[in-house]
Amino acid sequence: MPDPRDQPSALVELADDPTSRKKFLRMIGGGGGVAAMAVLLGACGGDDDKDTASTPADSGSTDTGDAKPSKDDVKGDIDILNYALTLEYLETDFYNKVVDAGLFKGKNGDLLKTFGEHEQAHVDALKATVEKLGGTPVTAPETKFDLTDAMAVAELAATVENLGAAAYLAQAPKIKNKEVLAAALSIHTVEARHAATLNTLVGKGITPDGAFAKPAEMDKVLAAVKPFIVA
Amino acid sequence: MSNTHNALAPELFSVEVHGMTRSSFILKSALTIGATAGAAAVGPFVSSAMAQSDGDIEIVNFALTLEYLETRFYKEAASLNLSKKVKDLAKEFAENEQEHVNALRGAVKQLGGKPAAKPKFEFGVTDEKSFLKLAQTLEDTGVYAYNGAGPMIKSTDILAAAGSIVQIEARHAAAIRLMRDEAPAPDAFDKTMTVDEVLAAVKPLIVS
Repeated sequence: MPDPRDQPSALVELADDPTSRKKFLRMIGGGGGVAAMAVLLGACGGDDDKDTASTPADSGSTDTGDAKPSKDDVKGDIDILNYALTLEYLETDFYNKVVDAGLFKGKNGDLLKTFGEHEQAHVDALKATVEKLGGTPVTAPETKFDLTDAMAVAELAATVENLGAAAYLAQAPKIKNKEVLAAALSIHTVEARHAATLNTLVGKGITPDGAFAKPAEMDKVLAAVKPFIVA
Repeated sequence: MSNTHNALAPELFSVEVHGMTRSSFILKSALTIGATAGAAAVGPFVSSAMAQSDGDIEIVNFALTLEYLETRFYKEAASLNLSKKVKDLAKEFAENEQEHVNALRGAVKQLGGKPAAKPKFEFGVTDEKSFLKLAQTLEDTGVYAYNGAGPMIKSTDILAAAGSIVQIEARHAAAIRLMRDEAPAPDAFDKTMTVDEVLAAVKPLIVS
């Protein structure tokens, strides 16, 4: 199986090249679909929560924010990003394996493949952001999933996505860097869209928590995904 | 006064969403919305929010206006000739949006502000097709609006609550999109919209 992480990533290229990044930021202007990615790439050196809260569209100009984030704040953000990265590695691997197993055909197969591509994009973006903040991205865990029964797999997918959405929801208020926060929010709602889709597929409620989604803290999430991690 | 505040105010007033206050306030012990959204959203007194609360009040009132809009829209379903499946969904979503309205109104009050008045809306939907089409636009816009405003929120309690609401909007959006045979998650990263963009998008639906 080809390792999806070997694919060249425009995001990583952008992250590595400040010139093309600036151009990219100018290019996207305001509120475009790729704004959130630009936000991730522009994450370094953003302001603290003191002033100039930026919208993603502004991210190009807030790189030079004068308020220096504290060391602890940056470390906290890196830890959160690496935690999110671990979950995204897990999801990416899961979808890759599901697609390879050929359990789903047609529309549902296409959906799961697309979701896997989204998770891969999240992985790429989160890795680049950890590096931009001066941290070291965690390595991908080795995963194991029981992929024998299609219905069980769909239910597992739903569980994982609902958990992912809850995990991002719990972390968002803890993120110090506004641009990292913007990016996390833009990933959070994609996980939510995945979760609702899979819930619909397996006959679960669209909003199982009711009108307000419940957050899941790190210890609970890590305990829940432990069975899927080999090492 | 923060840039955020300046950026928000003119647009909000331009569609005559009333009730914003710039007066100082006392942040109460725990936010009503937090109590609804779960333990994580309930926080202690947030001293840093004191100086910057006006911006949060305006953001919450902005969100409240969108939730009024969505609530009214889904209630519209009752008077349309829709399939049972869509009617049931609209009923469920209307209840969710009404809870968001209640929570956001409570949050504005807790922040010492005055909840925005409910505008009058006109949707111009006539059948299931036009209803679902507008539903998708409204839900996607809601997601992009919350995500755009999220980083400007100063209070972590309000941010947590906004997060728990926007996740529901995203779930609604995906479900509606599935019904319309559209990609439930059209992008790997959800877009963001500025207050300006959102208000321009919903302005045609606001009668007064």
